Amino acid sequence: MLNFALAGNPNSGKTTLFNALTGSTAHVGNWPGVTVDKKEGVYKKLDENVNIIDLPGIYSLSPYTPEEVISRNYILDENPDCIINIVDATNLERNLYLTTQLLEIDVPVVVALNMIDVVEKNNESIDAKTLEMKLGVPVVSISALKENNVDELMKKGYEAAKSKRKAHTILEDTNLFHLVNDCRIAFEAIKVNNPLFHAVKLVELDELETKDHPELVHIVEEFKSTFKDEVFGSDFEAIVADSRYKFISKEFANVKKTTVADEEKVNSVDSYSKSDKIDKVLTNKWAGIPIFLVILFLIFHLTFSENIFWLGKLINSDSFANSEFFAGTIWHEGGINSPGVILQSLLIGATDFLSSVVASWLSSSASWVSGLIVDGILAGIFAVLSFLPQILLLFLFFSILEDSGYMARIAFIMDRIFRRFGLSGRAFMPMIMGFGCSIPAMINTRTLADDKERTATIRVIPFFSCGAKLPILTAIAGGIVTYFGVGNADVITYSMYLLGVTIAVVSVLLMRNTSMRGKVPPFIMELPQYRMPGFKPLMLHLWDKLKHFIKKAFTIILASTIVIWFLQSFTANLRYIEQADPNEIADTEFEDLATENETYKNALLSEEDLEAFDDSGELQVSFSDVMTYYDEIEDEIEQGAFKENVLTPVLLASYDSYVEEINDKDYKDQNDSILAHFGTALTPFFTPMGFGSQLSESGWIFPVSAATGLIAKENVIATFQVLSQASSKVEIEEANTDEEKINAYITLYNIGLDEDGVNAAQATISSTGVNIAGLIAFIAFNMLTIPCFAAVATAKAELPDKKIGKTLVFWLLTSYVVSSMVYLIGTYVWTIAIFASLLAAAITFIVIYNKNHPVYE
Amino acid sequence: MIILLKDFKIGQEGVIVAVGGEGRVRRRLFDMGVTPGAKVILKKKAPLGDPIEVTIRGYELTLRKDEAELISMDTKED
Repeated sequence: MLNFALAGNPNSGKTTLFNALTGSTAHVGNWPGVTVDKKEGVYKKLDENVNIIDLPGIYSLSPYTPEEVISRNYILDENPDCIINIVDATNLERNLYLTTQLLEIDVPVVVALNMIDVVEKNNESIDAKTLEMKLGVPVVSISALKENNVDELMKKGYEAAKSKRKAHTILEDTNLFHLVNDCRIAFEAIKVNNPLFHAVKLVELDELETKDHPELVHIVEEFKSTFKDEVFGSDFEAIVADSRYKFISKEFANVKKTTVADEEKVNSVDSYSKSDKIDKVLTNKWAGIPIFLVILFLIFHLTFSENIFWLGKLINSDSFANSEFFAGTIWHEGGINSPGVILQSLLIGATDFLSSVVASWLSSSASWVSGLIVDGILAGIFAVLSFLPQILLLFLFFSILEDSGYMARIAFIMDRIFRRFGLSGRAFMPMIMGFGCSIPAMINTRTLADDKERTATIRVIPFFSCGAKLPILTAIAGGIVTYFGVGNADVITYSMYLLGVTIAVVSVLLMRNTSMRGKVPPFIMELPQYRMPGFKPLMLHLWDKLKHFIKKAFTIILASTIVIWFLQSFTANLRYIEQADPNEIADTEFEDLATENETYKNALLSEEDLEAFDDSGELQVSFSDVMTYYDEIEDEIEQGAFKENVLTPVLLASYDSYVEEINDKDYKDQNDSILAHFGTALTPFFTPMGFGSQLSESGWIFPVSAATGLIAKENVIATFQVLSQASSKVEIEEANTDEEKINAYITLYNIGLDEDGVNAAQATISSTGVNIAGLIAFIAFNMLTIPCFAAVATAKAELPDKKIGKTLVFWLLTSYVVSSMVYLIGTYVWTIAIFASLLAAAITFIVIYNKNHPVYE
Repeated sequence: MIILLKDFKIGQEGVIVAVGGEGRVRRRLFDMGVTPGAKVILKKKAPLGDPIEVTIRGYELTLRKDEAELISMDTKED
């Protein structure tokens, strides 16, 4: 099989051509440097199958960025049968610069003149024949996007691959050629492949070349001492670059025929004017940043909002089509859902339905089997899949920004601010995306050229609290406000977001001054023209992400989900703990009593306001209605005092049958699971953070729910609910008086009632005795610690060294230190002095150390 | 008149006479077409004044003032 390499400038349409040739779904973006690793695919329309390798976009063969190293090594070392040099016809001058370098290699080259359709649309034409003559290699005009002429290109490439090509250089007409030739002969003598290429690099005194062949450097140095150019002196690097551009502008000035002379092109009114007009607004001195913020807001609003454009006021119960299906999915009491939330609730509806179908199939099998399949496998996969609609929507929006060319402008706008932290403006987008979901954000860091910058960015992305962490914030903040009666839940939530951002900034600064030290990467970047994003590339891009995500959901995420489920559902001696919804039991028990027992039925009937039964004698109220009603009459009788009323026997009776039921089936054994034992064993480690050994017996709830957050951060509060129900079951067991019994029962029922977990948080606070600082520390810990498995898997794939170990330690350490600080300072204010002096000492040490150990590059 | 690209005003144009700096940054500038003889127009500055955007060799290039400081320009004015 033949190997063809695709090489060309970033943004010249390489990946589009790759997709057209291979039908693959490689990602295409309008951001310089989207292809980071090389991708491969097969072209099948020739006599022989051709393996196509999509190399990262490069401007030159100088090995200074990771992309350039990958491309240069491939071209020089892997001996492809042909290089297809894709050239953006709308910008011949800069694109041909790379071509002049590729010609210096002994490999057949075919030039693909891409975007010829755009050139023609601008009433211009390019004389491919002349170009072919001047370059000495075949030139084919194509449109990769419209897939025009790509088969012709491959035919030419196939022919070229069958014949050898001798390298030549455009330096032939310059006064350096003599030297280049001497070096070439020297390289030939030591049997180096591609001697001409290495000769030119040696003349340039290229860093890698002089390191590989120090014995040859003297040839250049000797020549240098006798050489003097009027403009450049003996700066050969500059002379070579200049000669290439001089050659291009001289030889190709007449290749492009336009109504305007080429020299005046920079002033001319052509396709740039449209881009210019858009840019006048989008990167405007005053409006640029506000417009960007509005776009950002819209993206998040359309993805996550449950009250889109604040249209909630328009909704009332009498409004049109108030059907069961639309209510809840499309809108709810508070407002209309955003497309992201609509898609998510549709998906959740579908997966819930699937779960219930599967559960009913399995109803006759052993309870642990249905537990494994429904609560373990399905619940785990569905929890992860439930993010998918919103992740994809975020991807879609960010792909549009990227493909249109706006993303590069955002880097342009934000660079000034980010430089202060040792990052470039390109790091901004991935960080902001982190507020939505860490996974797309981490993948987006591919646009960062500098490895250290990329590592640092990936590590702090989880600190930008993602959508799935919001439930933790609202539940605990709600619990703090209702239980302690202090503060405002919104203020707590916002401050926690702010804490996350602050920690991100501090950790970036810290990393860039210690382990990830390096100069601020240079910011010399092309701003591509604005382009209308194509529908097909966008869809290919989304499909690619979807595949990637689903593959992960069914491998690493599934495996870890099953492990956690096992630990949570079995006791140390491997007895299965039956999972059950206590509210469901309570409801059934109540219903049975109310309909079958005449005494209780009469008691309910005696309360006329309750309207427990309709005319035909059907029970109309649920247990929760009765409880609410009971509370009301209790309040009327006397504030705070317990007094029997007519409903008390009903409640006590249903309490009794509830206790009987859970004793029957060991429902309460959550406390005995392997996970709970682990949690209890680990509590001492959490003591400095305020939710460890200092709490009561049930304090292990905190570590355990944080651990289940590894599957998906939504799980933290869900686990909280299950576990606090388990501990209030213990309270029920221990209740002696009627009052205690009823109160414990009501508490238990309420935990299961609320969706946002505030009641669960409250119950946990009262049973564990945690203080406010400990709760805030718990939020901080969950925000800053290891993110969900899906994000960890993504980080591993995206980290430049593909190693996750140090990053996991970094996350654990950061969350541990910050949460401990939050708790200790919150509880014992004087500890602030210790932390401040430790911090000052660390900063002083780093500054002094760095001063004595400067970075060399 | 020879001035640094850093000190250009918006809309000002000129021809590059020299590119300073060393190593990686200089190489990158050359590769992006920033070589003596190339015509440059300062298109705009970012909202916070830095980086800048120039038109060179038929495309738009953005670079920081730190890098623009390395580039000497002939403005063809007196």
